[in-house]
Amino acid sequence: MNTVTLDDIERIALGAGILGTGGGGNPYLGSLHLRETIRQYGPARIVDPHDLADDALVPLCGFIGAPTASVEKLEAGTELIGALRLLEEHVGRPISAIGIAEIGGANSLAPLVAGIQAGLPIVDCDSMGRAFPELPMSVFFFQAGVPVTPLAMVDAAGNSAIIPYTVDAKWAERLARTLATSMGATAGLAGSMVTGAQVKQYGIHYTLSLSKYLGQRVLTAQANGDDVPTVIAQTLEGKIILRGKITDLNRRTTQGFARGTLTIESFGGQDQLDIEFQNEFLIAYLNGEVVATVPDLISIVTDDSGEPISTEVLRYGMRVAVLGIPASPALKTPEALAVVGPRAFGYDVDFQPLPGGCIGNKPETNG
Amino acid sequence: MRIGIDVGGTNTDAVLMDGKTVVSSTKTPTTSNVSDGIVSALKNLVAESGVDVTTLDGVMIGTTHFTNAVVERRRLQPTACIRLGLPATVCLPPMVDWPDDLREVVGGHYYLAHGGHEFDGREISAFDPAEIHGIAEEIGKKGVKAIAISSVFSPVNAEFEQRAAEIVQEVLPDASITLSSTIGRIGLLERENAAIMNACLRELANRTVGGFKAALAELNITAPFYISQNDGTLMNADFATDHPVLTFASGPTNSMRGAAFLSGLRDAIVIDVGGTTTDVGVLQNGFPRVAALAVSIGGVRTNFRMPDTLSVGLGGGSIVQTDPLQVGPQSVGYEITSQALVFGGDVLTATDLVVAGGKADVGDAAKVAHIDAGFVATVEDRIEEMVNIAVDRMKTSAALVPVIIVGGGSILIQRPVAGASEIVKPGHYAVANAIGAAIAQIGGETDRIFSLAEMTREQALEAAKQEAADRATAAGADAGSIEIVEVEEVPLAYLPGNATRIMVKAVGDLAGI
Repeated sequence: MNTVTLDDIERIALGAGILGTGGGGNPYLGSLHLRETIRQYGPARIVDPHDLADDALVPLCGFIGAPTASVEKLEAGTELIGALRLLEEHVGRPISAIGIAEIGGANSLAPLVAGIQAGLPIVDCDSMGRAFPELPMSVFFFQAGVPVTPLAMVDAAGNSAIIPYTVDAKWAERLARTLATSMGATAGLAGSMVTGAQVKQYGIHYTLSLSKYLGQRVLTAQANGDDVPTVIAQTLEGKIILRGKITDLNRRTTQGFARGTLTIESFGGQDQLDIEFQNEFLIAYLNGEVVATVPDLISIVTDDSGEPISTEVLRYGMRVAVLGIPASPALKTPEALAVVGPRAFGYDVDFQPLPGGCIGNKPETNG
Repeated sequence: MRIGIDVGGTNTDAVLMDGKTVVSSTKTPTTSNVSDGIVSALKNLVAESGVDVTTLDGVMIGTTHFTNAVVERRRLQPTACIRLGLPATVCLPPMVDWPDDLREVVGGHYYLAHGGHEFDGREISAFDPAEIHGIAEEIGKKGVKAIAISSVFSPVNAEFEQRAAEIVQEVLPDASITLSSTIGRIGLLERENAAIMNACLRELANRTVGGFKAALAELNITAPFYISQNDGTLMNADFATDHPVLTFASGPTNSMRGAAFLSGLRDAIVIDVGGTTTDVGVLQNGFPRVAALAVSIGGVRTNFRMPDTLSVGLGGGSIVQTDPLQVGPQSVGYEITSQALVFGGDVLTATDLVVAGGKADVGDAAKVAHIDAGFVATVEDRIEEMVNIAVDRMKTSAALVPVIIVGGGSILIQRPVAGASEIVKPGHYAVANAIGAAIAQIGGETDRIFSLAEMTREQALEAAKQEAADRATAAGADAGSIEIVEVEEVPLAYLPGNATRIMVKAVGDLAGI
């Protein structure tokens, strides 16, 4: 994939919505912004991670805040590019390409907008291979040891902040979160400056291509009248855990996170699936037994059309299919599990990996 | 006693109800000037029942008139949108995702101004009266008289929208102004879309509601009248004149509520067969199941709570093509009484096939006697298949469920429906829509963000429920009958101070009935 054109937006948004496992922000607004940007300035340029120079400078970027605020306080359109320029100025060396922090929802699309605005290519790669709620949940941090700082944040009015250094990643997350709240719970963020060599060695590759490929498979399946959840499971080498109706939804706010439990009853009524979520879906229990755990992806799509459902729009009575999708191997190492495993999220459960998986592999696309 | 009226694209139906009993019903063609159709329907009703119109408690009208205007891009007035939120929101201006033809019809005029609020109530930027004054003057120069005003987080704080409206009204005294905060919920683009569509329908609403009034006056009906909205609740005539957009999904809602009432079933699939389409919906506890994802009207995305219906191009007027076999989606619509074979026309319609099969007595059966019985069976197979697929797509489980069939085109469904535990064609099925209008309730909603730093979650929920109930009472509901029917709570991710969004809907019976 060398470019992202108008025709690609819907596919990427669909695919990234599924890979977002309930988080990453509502892709509708991100799609619209990308569409308007491409209409005005032309397509986004995409670079293969293996084509980067070893000393290339690649910051990771995306929006930080609360999705509920971002559907109201729409972007000025200058936040992310502002943060990138500020970070570039701070480190005193030019950025070579734009990195996607997380593949998931709106945050997969926002870096494409910034890339077009900056005239820079976007790397076909991300740091999570899915969506996660916190900055340090990145392969470049827990695997390569790249600090999250220096990081830059800019809001719609142009208020800007640099966090040059923190004693650890938790502090970076804490300070960035506080700034984001002051900035109206929606701000552009660029940080975790990695090199081309690090992208090649540690990044989760081809996730933008995978989103597009997955989205295309979904659209084709919808057009052909095929069973869409089955097609998604096949495409990602995952499985359908359960199909049914949401019968209970219990949301609670603890430690500043939107946590909750979701109960889905199978259409026949014989099975019950409980899912713990915290912006993203994290643990699935089938009739009380653990069947899928973070960092593996638990995705929920509408049962008939396979449209991804984010945690914000969950509602009692929705008919859904729940998918278990094996995470990239990069998220399954001991170093990774210490940061993104079930216990890191506060659940007294061991990681129980789903077999197989293809996230991080180049999809068999024709462009 | 009360009268329910459904002003559809093809027919205007009316029913007279005494409590829960249908006293009388009538069906007449809809006229281009809607009031004539209503007058003739009411005259039929009064003549047939002999009701003394001075004893009526209320008249409830459901109409698809405004939805059709947007879908057909007709009878819409040029509209300007003023959005308060600079420097935020620039990247997605008003009407950014509208179909080009609709944006052109309303003129696509928009202005971005300072103002708006943050999620926690702080100002994004200061409100600038001089800026709004200048914008109003420019709108005046363009001769645009319909204006929608939106402001970021106006469901949390509507002050800026109201101040802007005062200034605009001062500059343009004859402008009609719609505030987004009076129309919709959180989600700026969707709420603003609804406000703009509302603004461009105001002139038509004035004429149409005026036509309703005139029709009732002609029959000396002095009882108050109401218009039904999306969720099956009612609004009074003045409110409806100002908020026509809130009628958008009232058609399917009324037919499903009417089906529930007529059949006595609370949980069932409803098949509403009209002249052009068949709409399949699901009743849950007596109310239509609501769509999960955003619903578009005429290509414009909204975030109204809308019934989840599946529309198939199959109706009494569906044109039948023989080679290859195709039933619908083209339809002769309201011209069925002149174009269908049984009415002496030359178009083969679904109704003709049903009559040819001897399953219904409509028009002149001799005119379809030549149709081959084998072909009739083939078409019946196709109709059966179309209905079965639609019902299956709307079902939540493989279990058998009751199916209620309503609507003027119900004769099309002669075969058993797959997956149905029973098939109910209740009496008065052809006027289920008008009955749904007659039995509608009054509702009130609240949707805003509470900070749980200052109160407990229970206090916040209680406050939200009280607000919704107060709004229902203010809209005309009997305070004693109010029930909270929906509570939705969304804690806002990442925000300290436990900010949480609470949405509550309350409904009650119309006071005085």
